[in-house]
Amino acid sequence: MSISRRDNEKVALLGRLRLTEDELAIMTTELAQIVGYVDQLSEVDTDGIEPMAHAIEVANVFRADEVSPSLSREEALSNAPHRDERGYLVPAVLGE
Amino acid sequence: MSDYTTIVGLEVHVQLATASKLFCGCSTKFGAEPNTQTCPVCIGLPGTLPVMNRNAFQLALKTAVALNCEIPAYTKWDRKQYYYPDLPKNYQISQYDLPMSQHGYLDIGDPKGAFEPKRVRILRAHLEEDAGKSLHDEVAGKGDSLIDLNRTGTPLLEIVSEPDMRSPLEAKAFLTELKLLLTYIGVSDCNMQEGSLRVDANVNLHIDTAEGKVATPIIEIKNMNSFRAVERALEYEVGRQWCEWQETHRKLGDAPKQTRGWDDVAGVTRGQRSKEESSDYRYFPDPDLAPVTVGPQDAAAIRESLGELPAALRGRLESDFGLSAYDADVLVNQGSPVVTYFLDVAKFTGDPKAAANWVTQDVLRTLKESEHTIESLPVASSALAELIRKVKAGEVPSSRAREVFQTMVEKRVDVAAAMQSLGIAAVDEGELIALCQKLLAANPKTISDVRAGKLQAVGALIGQAKKQNPNVDPTRFRELCLELIEKAP
Amino acid sequence: MALFDQTATEHLKGLESGALKSVELTQTYLDRIRAVDNRVGAFLSVDADGALKRAEEIDERRAKKQRVGRLAGLPLAVKDILCERGKVTTCASRMLQQFRPPYDATVIAKLREADAVFVGRTNMDEFAMGGSTENSAFQVTRNPWDLERSPGGSSGGSAAAVAAGMAPLAIGTDTGGSIRQPAGLCGVVGMKPTYGRVSRFGLIAFASSLDQIGPFGQSVEDAALLLETIAGHDPRDTTSLDVPVPAYSQSVNKPLANLRIGWVREHFGGGLDKEVESAVRAAFEVYKSLGATLHEISLPHSKYAVATYYVIAPSEASSNLARYDGVHFGYRTDEKEMLAELAADRRRLETAGDKAGLEHLDSALVRMYRRTRAEGFGPEVKRRIMLGTYALSAGYYDAYYLKALKLRRLIRKDFDDAFGKVDLIAGPITPAPAFKIGEMSGDPLAMYLVDIYTVSANLAGIPGLCLPCGRSQAGLPIGLQLQAPALEEERLFCGARMFEQATDWDKGRAKL
Repeated sequence: MSISRRDNEKVALLGRLRLTEDELAIMTTELAQIVGYVDQLSEVDTDGIEPMAHAIEVANVFRADEVSPSLSREEALSNAPHRDERGYLVPAVLGE
Repeated sequence: MSDYTTIVGLEVHVQLATASKLFCGCSTKFGAEPNTQTCPVCIGLPGTLPVMNRNAFQLALKTAVALNCEIPAYTKWDRKQYYYPDLPKNYQISQYDLPMSQHGYLDIGDPKGAFEPKRVRILRAHLEEDAGKSLHDEVAGKGDSLIDLNRTGTPLLEIVSEPDMRSPLEAKAFLTELKLLLTYIGVSDCNMQEGSLRVDANVNLHIDTAEGKVATPIIEIKNMNSFRAVERALEYEVGRQWCEWQETHRKLGDAPKQTRGWDDVAGVTRGQRSKEESSDYRYFPDPDLAPVTVGPQDAAAIRESLGELPAALRGRLESDFGLSAYDADVLVNQGSPVVTYFLDVAKFTGDPKAAANWVTQDVLRTLKESEHTIESLPVASSALAELIRKVKAGEVPSSRAREVFQTMVEKRVDVAAAMQSLGIAAVDEGELIALCQKLLAANPKTISDVRAGKLQAVGALIGQAKKQNPNVDPTRFRELCLELIEKAP
Repeated sequence: MALFDQTATEHLKGLESGALKSVELTQTYLDRIRAVDNRVGAFLSVDADGALKRAEEIDERRAKKQRVGRLAGLPLAVKDILCERGKVTTCASRMLQQFRPPYDATVIAKLREADAVFVGRTNMDEFAMGGSTENSAFQVTRNPWDLERSPGGSSGGSAAAVAAGMAPLAIGTDTGGSIRQPAGLCGVVGMKPTYGRVSRFGLIAFASSLDQIGPFGQSVEDAALLLETIAGHDPRDTTSLDVPVPAYSQSVNKPLANLRIGWVREHFGGGLDKEVESAVRAAFEVYKSLGATLHEISLPHSKYAVATYYVIAPSEASSNLARYDGVHFGYRTDEKEMLAELAADRRRLETAGDKAGLEHLDSALVRMYRRTRAEGFGPEVKRRIMLGTYALSAGYYDAYYLKALKLRRLIRKDFDDAFGKVDLIAGPITPAPAFKIGEMSGDPLAMYLVDIYTVSANLAGIPGLCLPCGRSQAGLPIGLQLQAPALEEERLFCGARMFEQATDWDKGRAKL
């Protein structure tokens, strides 16, 4: 499968990246090369093989429903790049 | 003019009543100051990991079982990826291809017969995390939105129905019955004002045409803040789609699925901007969480623990207590504390009919008109039973029973104290006979009138008797008068 | 032998006997950092004052015979990927240049409890993506054995710090070889534990199902000591295994009887450097001389490991890195500039009458996200986000992501079969000794292929260890990799220690 420049523009938007024209050109070449290499996976017959999403497969791990202290608001907001005394501020999200 | 059928499916999000969030120990309490109930995990700070709240899973399981869902032996969590500032990780931990429950149903009906009873199928119910809130208006003018992450990570159960409802009324009935079920089993407070129950609706029309049935494009409606709003929005949308069909003849598949927002004040739905790439959520199994396995014995144990569900309870009130379908419905719809109250009154009095009358009328009216809940009502079930017994024994004139009840509520007193404060005392039979004789002697015309067949003449005496002693039971007094007139020479 | 050339185990004896003070030891390493790190570039930050204060406090407690932790007074370097409360934790990314976590990683808490002395935070490839430490947003780290060459990566700073005697112990993380490969290229011992053996809580995620934290040291004993300190179940990490942790530092010196060593046919195909091959084969002979038997085995799907890895790791990474968006923490683009740019774009499109262009124009929020991420991430991170986003997107998921998960199971099954026949698998760690800085930077695929011997262990979740087993003619270290079944770290350490005691490769030190 090949990746077009247009595909890359779409994927860049999905991943909220912005690539310059030059970056996009380089990325298109590099990704094509990498994907070309990865395409060798298609030669393996994997019918009936269970996908393995975890390195070590455990199940039923829970915690008790107990309240533990939250951060103070000041601590919670301490790393925010843009904020006021109550919360995080972002460009208006209306209509998003 | 062709005919059409309305097709409605609902997607309900219910916050589960846990003390802490789904993946961290922050409180889920509503109404705190913004960003005071967060921690590194729910802020999605780098390096943090989710660990699932056992109680959230149990509550979800309980709901799924109550909705008659199949519980698969294996379930897992996936990441649903989209960028939004109130979703700090920019993915929501949710369930995609292997939800914790599927293929259930909920029966709905209307005791007034507005629609035929029917079974609405549940496609699936799955456990996921809630997002935070974006507050737009409060900082309006500054061009910024404020993000509050207090709600982020609250456990949510998403319940998706099949498109089995055929009218806005049925949709409302489904929601009402669902809410009742959820509150009966105690998995959620279902408070729509606080957002613990949220509804999106999918609606379109199946139109009969010369070429056969044609489906119109499916519209998803959001921003409905009450069941009434859901009903109104659907009514509006059905009309709008019908007009649109006549103008455009656009069919399902001609346009991508559109989302419209309900404007409750204007009473209209409005199109919302859709994003071409917004549907590519890139779900994949969350590597930070373990799958959960549920054995058949686990589901069975949950089923045992559920207790009596509303539908069964309605049936029992009708068959075991002789209540009308209407009364049974009214009682059950009030929720299980009211039903328990009724059952207690019925047990203490041995008179379910009287108990039902009192609870469905005076008790419910009082709850509606006052700030009281059934738990805070000053008249306990035993006290109401006592009042009913006294009325039946003639100790409280039936004409004044309601007054006694009101006094018990307002003054927070028992039956005896209420009677005393109202000056109600049982009138001694001898005293009553003496009063009757006295009045008959003073009113010979009454005697002749009665003898002439004008029984209603006694009424004047009853009025006089009540003036002399307000505790006189008019029914008993009337009986006595007629007896004495008959015996008189 | 200089003090900084000794092992942590040797230092600990001195500290425990009172012959050595932590202040003295810490000062020695701080001096060494001051002397050589301007050439090596292993550290992103050094906390001399904090370290000395801590050392002093530990010395005092020890003098008063108060209880001290397992690593009491030992200087230690930490890869700048573990969150430490109140300390800048950058992941070598511009995105996190100012990030101060309000909490401690579990491993940081355990190390503090063990009374280790944190001397500084080490350089790495940005978000651990890379095998050369060239992808750091801040500096290049150089291989102490040859400053023209790369120390490997992504934990290149930690490996170089230990190799250059700037810290006796260091913490790294390994997602596809990021501990073992730099250990091999820098001639030190590095170990990736079984997935789930060490808590990931507070480890800034690259690929969650592959990431593990592990130790670096000058010797196998040191690595065993450090793993023993950081391992163990953590209720805050769902994937952490609830199993007891053996006392590795106690058992490490017990040789294994009847040891069966497997060598993998597929490891010795084309592409393996001759010098590396002969050093590894010589290591096999050492094992034979120690009474072990050698067995040829096959891992038939190992040739797909790199391709499998480069689907799974970027997929998870694309998701894990979505949170770096300039909203709740980390870098955000200049908003005034961003809004001005957006307004200019709009005017341009309006003038051109480009209706479609206007319709697709970013909202202010989307433009904020995109500029923030374009400015905050380096090229390798962007490449992997692109790759992962692509592999998970509609229409490609089955062919790439799901396919890779199935290959992953086949790769694990290969190991299960192999470990039915042998106790340990031995082989090369990289196809060649350390490469020149800049040599691979224009060819991402060639760089990825360096991971050929290491990624399988991450995919399968099994432990792997790398220790020095030779030197090239140019004087560069050559590493031997050992792998064991899941949770058999004890066997891995013992097997490695047997080799170490029989040879002198661990005694070599880079000349700086």
